[in-house]
Amino acid sequence: MKAVLPDDLRDIFSKAGYLSSWYQYFKAGDWLVLLLGCALVVFSYTLLWRGGVADRAIVKRDGKTVIEISLNSARKISVDGPLGTTVIEVQPGRARVFSDPGPRQYCVQQGWLTRAGAVAICAPNHITLQLNGSGEAGYDSLNY
Amino acid sequence: MTPLTIELPITEDDRRIARYTAAAIALTVAEAALPSPLPGIKPGLANIIVLVVLLRYGWRDAAWVSLLRVVAGSLVIGQLFAPGFFLALAGAVSSLAALFIAVQLPRRWFGAVTISLCAAFAHIGGQLVLARLWLVPHDGVFYLVPLFATAALIFGTINGLIAAHLIKRAHAG
Repeated sequence: MKAVLPDDLRDIFSKAGYLSSWYQYFKAGDWLVLLLGCALVVFSYTLLWRGGVADRAIVKRDGKTVIEISLNSARKISVDGPLGTTVIEVQPGRARVFSDPGPRQYCVQQGWLTRAGAVAICAPNHITLQLNGSGEAGYDSLNY
Repeated sequence: MTPLTIELPITEDDRRIARYTAAAIALTVAEAALPSPLPGIKPGLANIIVLVVLLRYGWRDAAWVSLLRVVAGSLVIGQLFAPGFFLALAGAVSSLAALFIAVQLPRRWFGAVTISLCAAFAHIGGQLVLARLWLVPHDGVFYLVPLFATAALIFGTINGLIAAHLIKRAHAG
């Protein structure tokens, strides 16, 4: 080992320090920088993953908006597509595809959508359900 | 015909840089074997070596070790000139820029942890800029920023602590 490794690296393999002694390596400014780093991380979460507050559900057929409703009250909407009727259920703060005539039922199995930018696509019936937030258009979950 | 002999003088600096670079490459290879929850989230163990070199021998040596490590390390793991190589290079260049500034901070108040954190955040910053400009020309990459920032915070701190520990032991022994 001695010939291969620089001498100050050798001991990382031979000795593990006590966990409690690590704090001695923090200098006053390090805590400040660590705090700033934590703030930066929290800020990035709130800025980029805020998505959360969805307030509108948009139902489209063939890319054209059929109905746009706010997520304030509970109701069901029926939209007709080439295969039959897709039923969208809206409740305060969330929406889902309640039923769909499509063969694989992907959009139904997706369940409740709560985040702004979330989309359920019932491709066979040409219908999409999308949630939007109040601010700028959220990130598109499909392109993540 | 006269025999032509080219002799490259090897200085003590070269040997030292080569030894540290070898250690950094070994860590790169070891790390490539670790599973990662998301491509790009790695502990960056080789950066511990760069930090130690920076604090003991200065920025010039650290830059040599860091850049040699990227080139030789990706050669070893078969990534040379693959997208991952350019991402690693972008990360290394931007963190070297951050190290250049961070190492000027008063050492009395700011230790290895500060320097490591600066480098870690600069590293993901540089990678994200390159990824956004070249690999994923879509704002969707920024969706991953919180994850990368979290990784930078955790691994930056840990790597800084390990570097501080190594330097202290080197001075003690």
